[in-house]
Amino acid sequence: MPRPRPNPTPPRLSPYLLGAGLTAALIVLLLWSLGSGHMPFSPGEILSFLTSYLPGGETDLPETRALVLGGVRLPRLVTALLSGAALGLSGAVFQGLLLNPLADPYTLGVSSGAAFGASVVIILSLSLPALPFLSSPLTPALGAFVFSALTLAVVVALASDGDKRLSPTSLILAGVIMSAILSAGISFIKYLAGEQVSSIIFWLLGSFQARTWTDSGLVLLFFCPAMVVSLLSATDLNIMTLGFKSAETLGVDTRRVRLRLLAAASLAASASVAVAGIIGFVGLIVPHLVRLLTGPDHRSLLPLSALGGAVLLLAADTVVRAHLPGEIPVGVLTALLAGPAFLMIFRRRMRDLTRG
Amino acid sequence: MARREDRPPAAGDPDAAAGGHDGGTVAGSFGGRGGGKSGPWISVRSLDFHHGPRKVIDSLDLDFHPGRHYVLAGPNGAGKSTLLDLLCRLRKPSAGSIELMGRSLDSHDPGELARKVALAPQSSAFNFAFTVREVVRLGRRPHLGVWGVLGPEDKEAAETAIRRLGLGKLADKPVTALSGGEAQRVVLARTLAQSTPVLLLDEPTSSLDVAQALELLSVVRELAEDGRLVVTVSHDLAAAATYAHEIVFLKDGKLAAAGGRDEVLTDGMLESVFEAQARVGPDEFTGGVRVSFRRRPRRGGRPE
Repeated sequence: MPRPRPNPTPPRLSPYLLGAGLTAALIVLLLWSLGSGHMPFSPGEILSFLTSYLPGGETDLPETRALVLGGVRLPRLVTALLSGAALGLSGAVFQGLLLNPLADPYTLGVSSGAAFGASVVIILSLSLPALPFLSSPLTPALGAFVFSALTLAVVVALASDGDKRLSPTSLILAGVIMSAILSAGISFIKYLAGEQVSSIIFWLLGSFQARTWTDSGLVLLFFCPAMVVSLLSATDLNIMTLGFKSAETLGVDTRRVRLRLLAAASLAASASVAVAGIIGFVGLIVPHLVRLLTGPDHRSLLPLSALGGAVLLLAADTVVRAHLPGEIPVGVLTALLAGPAFLMIFRRRMRDLTRG
Repeated sequence: MARREDRPPAAGDPDAAAGGHDGGTVAGSFGGRGGGKSGPWISVRSLDFHHGPRKVIDSLDLDFHPGRHYVLAGPNGAGKSTLLDLLCRLRKPSAGSIELMGRSLDSHDPGELARKVALAPQSSAFNFAFTVREVVRLGRRPHLGVWGVLGPEDKEAAETAIRRLGLGKLADKPVTALSGGEAQRVVLARTLAQSTPVLLLDEPTSSLDVAQALELLSVVRELAEDGRLVVTVSHDLAAAATYAHEIVFLKDGKLAAAGGRDEVLTDGMLESVFEAQARVGPDEFTGGVRVSFRRRPRRGGRPE
């Protein structure tokens, strides 16, 4: 006799429907966000401005207003939404790869590596003011990117040292070890910085203030290949959730797929950290919510997580930029949201584990 | 996204891979014994496998023929699961050779091997809430393109596997909400949906109840009689006697005995393999045999 089940699964939403909804939300959000801020714009002005990008289009906006909209606000919003997309995608890949719905883009130490790299560059620029290239705003980003990529390489090397399969457990352990070492390094650098520690802390908090098209371009450069690589591996990722033996006997080269996905997802996350600092929560919660709504199939989960991440981070950035006094860093807002969200996921997971 | 070419294997065609097969009810559809003289599908020669200093498999020679259900038995640590892993290339032999359908196992590319040999591992952890149907359909992967689009025959193979394992009512349930026995049947259905001529099952009945285990074993025997080659690791000798064509005893990585139940299920053989006193007798109730064990008295000591 079939047992009655206490928790019938809620029906799943069609991924196409969620995709359409998120796309619509993104467009509305973009228009709303363009219009709000210290210098507000009416929807008519925004439309007139946007049509000027079309061939033959022209805008009747005064020059300063057009500059604020096109030169300051738009690049910032695009950087925010691309970073959100990179974090959402990266989080979904990491959760699938590490077989853990609580993993996020930073689980393997990418963020600690980036923070360490940026801190090194900032302290060097403080102590060596004679080298002008060090004080360019792009240099900490470069340091962050290089060090997070290095961190990933070390984590993979550590993890495959005793375990050729590159199993989730050894990856997570190696990531935790590297994060601990790098955090110690960051504390030491903060100590060295003395009274000027605030410039490091501010960088680490995460913000999209004064981001340019260069920043957008850097994220896009890594997000696009990451998306293509992940989508091509989406079916393999589904199969790898069945475990090593099942995946291998179904013809999946698990080690190769893991390496490929680790590189793609980590570089996308690193690019986001490099331009915007450490923004938590997006990469954790978005894939989790999408999975709850449309199911765990990575073929839809990956693109929808990117879309959801873009919506969430654009919304968060708009709130801190235009609707909160004194522009707190967006990383602080998302970090504040992370606690309760973690709690919610944890409770749900415990309930799932203790059921049946 | 092109589908790989599916062609049914035929007797005497050593390269034949199974594909598009509906899970099988037609006898001899895998080109088994019905074809008359066909060689073994798997030949193991002087096989060694070392795990550190330990010889887990020790100069093993074995042939597995199509249309037969083999049960691998022996004490824990005898190398049963390791042998299964070696047969599907999850592990590489330290020495010796394995031939699959006339070709070395190593010469198969991963997709080709996955269309010939399927493994149902002993445990499969489900980390995400895929439905039963989705997991079973993942078994079609070796027959699909990169995006995993299912054709009608793939869906049909999955549905047949779901029905055969009695999972019809659970098909839309998330696998994370299943009991141990249900989860084990999902793993088997997934393996079956792979539509391979060779099936390797690692203790497939370990979390099933009595009725489910008997049902499963009779399905396994049918699968073999359809022309497949099935190798099952099991501790249940009485069930092996009823449902296996041949029983293979391993001990300390060596072949202890192989043959039909009347040849190998003897008091002396069981005593030497399992190091316990054994009695084998006919069982009128099941038509098979009854196997009983008793601890050996300690030599020179007294029973506790």
